[in-house]
Amino acid sequence: MIIGLDVGGTHADVVLLGNKGLIREVKVPTDPANLFDTVLTGLDKITEGISPSDIHRMVLSTTLSTNAIIEKKTTPVGMIVAGGPGLDPEFFRTNQDYYPVTGSIDHRGREIEPIDPEQIKKISRLLTKAGISRVGVISKFSVRNSEHEIQIAQLLGRSFEKIFLGHRISGQLNFPRRIATTYLNASVYPIHKNFFNAVKKSLKKKGLDVPIHVLKADGGTMSFDASMNFPGQTIFSGPAASVMGSIAFAPDEEDILVMDIGGTTTDMAVLINHVPLLAPLGINLGPYKTLIRSLETHSIGIGGDSAVSVKNGRLTIGPERLGKPAAFDGPVPTPSDALLVLGMMKNGDRDKAAKGLENIARQLDLTLEDTAMKIFDLACKTILKAAGAMLDRINSKPVYTIHDLLEGHMVKPKKILVLGGPALHFAKHLEKISNYKVGVVPRWKVANAIGAALARTTCEVTLFADTQQGIAAAPEENFYDNVTQSFSKKDAVRQACGLLEKKAIQIGSHAEDLEIEVIEDMEFNMVRGFNTTGKNIRVKVQVKPGLIHGYDPIGGRLLADM
Amino acid sequence: MMQARHKTGLVFFPAFDWAISPTHPEREERLLYTQDQVFEEGLLDIPGIEEFKPDLANIRDVQRVHFCVPDVWNVMTESHFISAGGAKTIAMAVMDKKIDKGFALVRPPGHHAMRVVHGSRGFCNVNIEAIMIEFMREAYGINRVAIVDTDCHHGDGTQDIYWHDPDTLFISLHQDGRTLYPGTGFAEELGGPNALGTTLNIPLPPHTSEEGFLYTINNVVLPVLDDFKPDIIINSAGQDNHYSDPITNMNFSAQGYAKMTELLQPDIAVLEGGYSIEGALPYMNVGIILAMAGIDFSKVREPNYNPEKMRQNSNVTQWISKTCDTIMKSWQSRTGRREQFRRGKKFDERSRNIFYDTDNITEKQNEKIRICPDCAGALRIDSTSDKRVHILAVHIPKKACSKCRETGYKWFDAADKHTYDQIMLQDRTTGEFHEKNKN
Repeated sequence: MIIGLDVGGTHADVVLLGNKGLIREVKVPTDPANLFDTVLTGLDKITEGISPSDIHRMVLSTTLSTNAIIEKKTTPVGMIVAGGPGLDPEFFRTNQDYYPVTGSIDHRGREIEPIDPEQIKKISRLLTKAGISRVGVISKFSVRNSEHEIQIAQLLGRSFEKIFLGHRISGQLNFPRRIATTYLNASVYPIHKNFFNAVKKSLKKKGLDVPIHVLKADGGTMSFDASMNFPGQTIFSGPAASVMGSIAFAPDEEDILVMDIGGTTTDMAVLINHVPLLAPLGINLGPYKTLIRSLETHSIGIGGDSAVSVKNGRLTIGPERLGKPAAFDGPVPTPSDALLVLGMMKNGDRDKAAKGLENIARQLDLTLEDTAMKIFDLACKTILKAAGAMLDRINSKPVYTIHDLLEGHMVKPKKILVLGGPALHFAKHLEKISNYKVGVVPRWKVANAIGAALARTTCEVTLFADTQQGIAAAPEENFYDNVTQSFSKKDAVRQACGLLEKKAIQIGSHAEDLEIEVIEDMEFNMVRGFNTTGKNIRVKVQVKPGLIHGYDPIGGRLLADM
Repeated sequence: MMQARHKTGLVFFPAFDWAISPTHPEREERLLYTQDQVFEEGLLDIPGIEEFKPDLANIRDVQRVHFCVPDVWNVMTESHFISAGGAKTIAMAVMDKKIDKGFALVRPPGHHAMRVVHGSRGFCNVNIEAIMIEFMREAYGINRVAIVDTDCHHGDGTQDIYWHDPDTLFISLHQDGRTLYPGTGFAEELGGPNALGTTLNIPLPPHTSEEGFLYTINNVVLPVLDDFKPDIIINSAGQDNHYSDPITNMNFSAQGYAKMTELLQPDIAVLEGGYSIEGALPYMNVGIILAMAGIDFSKVREPNYNPEKMRQNSNVTQWISKTCDTIMKSWQSRTGRREQFRRGKKFDERSRNIFYDTDNITEKQNEKIRICPDCAGALRIDSTSDKRVHILAVHIPKKACSKCRETGYKWFDAADKHTYDQIMLQDRTTGEFHEKNKN
């Protein structure tokens, strides 16, 4: 049996899945001040009466790191940044103990200026003196040559608990994002580590000693151990959980819009033939633009519990949530109250909901029912408008080859899959006022937890080869190889796939889940003078986000349950 | 936090799947390292810098500027539709005020393409700046345009297209034509009789460095721009004045290009040449983007940058100062000289040979312009290529007076179908393109 747990802003959803389908689902209120208790309570309830030996996998998706970053509860770290020519690294300062240093590498990975060991040793002493135990080390173009980062780490020696190296995060070029991401990993590390060690310990006490996987923002999982090196990757896993929960129900060969309509927000994403679309670079969180791989999601502040008001004679919904709906003694009316008044929702006190809407109705000079309908209709229209904007944005992304520009895939979904608390009520109206066919994801209230439970391990490998210099390298994987002039794109893809398989297994994948895809393969003749002197090859491969092997019966069973 | 002072748009289209030929300098790899540098510096994440996906130019955009032989489809590849389209995208974003300034980092380039196109010359088939400018005139009604061409090669194509247009100021700074392709662009080339003085050529001696370029900008380009008062300033931003460029002999640098951009403050920059793809382009493009956006570029430099080593000698300095004086005199005396040039004439004619180095074609042109005090003048071009194609091209300018319009149609109607393989008329007053052919 598999446990999936997804902590949301209002609830933690927990499911227990067996090979015959959903065995049990539990919702526990989220206590933001004590996520550990929330998680433990959820796990206690879901395993009640279940023999621990029957459980063989557990996937957790939490808001722990996201909250720590947003609430600035992270811990101090030291940052050492080697920039070289270009933008001043001061522009990318993340924190107080941030030290730009000498040393530079060019776009082909050649050393331009060496590291100054004395400078590093001096900084090392300063950091130690300041009581800092975790350090991030980033150099420009370290994804082409990681030597400077490694030298700096060696110079720092053993005086620090953990050193995070920029080139290990991603093979993507983007120095400022590499700095921000390394910083986030280093600064949430202790929180992440303590939390998951505590969870693991508690589970062990209950006899539950199973592999724990952590959900990432790209809709994939990684093992608990692997997450220690990249705790930042766990941020924003919530929206990913929902998208993964809908995958089994998406039709083949089609573009699908997925909408998770929650209490506070509606999160949207796109599936192309069962595979979620990934964001090009990474997550943006507050002031941080990162290289954390993530699904392309768009979130708007409209959900069942969004505050409804009249501003300058105009009805407005959200973006903030001020508490529970009026029907549950909340402070302001909400779309959920409108659904109650319309008789679409049964759960809640209709009289209190009606009372909550009275003031709005008076200001709009409408009957209660008309007011409720107007609120509901506006919520649906706002969601559809945001979906349209997201699709436009996706389709207007720049491309760099004639082939992609003229023949690239345009995302044009005809169908929406909705999930989340009020999903069922929204589906019909969304379909009525748009050209989309709208379906509801089975078990829509806990589809997110199901998605977490079934998500497979994902990862990516970036490899480049420069046959003029005679190298093939994937610094992120600590891989360097000497190659001859005859090394080809095909060889590069093969090498990258080999590295990817190794990496995926290492971070918790099973061999049967390795659905590998080449996402970039470019080969350039390097012309110097009027002669070809070598080839410049760039390859990127990934394990596609998707569901673990053998999910089909579970999906089928869930559909049959509808 | 870093923020662009001028909202700056970029179209970045490196055409990674297009080359003139496998080992030609205008090749797939050309903007690869520029892309690496731009991505690694994170320029596209800076608030106020926005990347746009290029639109495709269409056949009307091309016919507004060019007479293509035998037709547009034979002259253009997909890549040309995209690079001209990319320039158009940037122009629209600027005109729609989505951005303050824009840079079209596209390839292939265009500034050697003239009004009549028999093939490719200087790596250029169609003139992407002219296509962009004439689109802006058509769609947004702009009038006065200044083009400052800072490519190391004389922008002879752009010069040809605007030779007779008094509303377009074309200034080209380039390595002296006696030492470099295309061998033109001398200080005496000042434009046709209706537009004398709105073409300015500033030939610079080999080994001109930062000092010389910036002197020229400060002492000629900026004062002339001040006088001309353009609605919009376009920079044909070739990057082959760099000290490491393999096919030129200048000593310019990334710092220099960025400073020049800061001085010029172009509304739109369009990439032209530049073939030091590893040692120069990545740094120059970063410098230019930052300068356009108004962000500190003082730390952008090439790994082997050494300004002391590249200082120009005093002969070069003196030469440049003398050239600049001559050009300022031409500029200041342009009205009188224009009168003198036109006095007593109804038409003016010139004949010349044009060589298409990339496609190895020689064209013979006979050009006739109506001297007109009221407009840019009707233009008739009789052109034969050594591929034995003989065409007649008639251009009626956008603000043509009724007499010039009449003259244009008269030329077109009178042309004998048996004499020419193609007879074409570009009527910019209506936007129509007429054609009559042998068969």
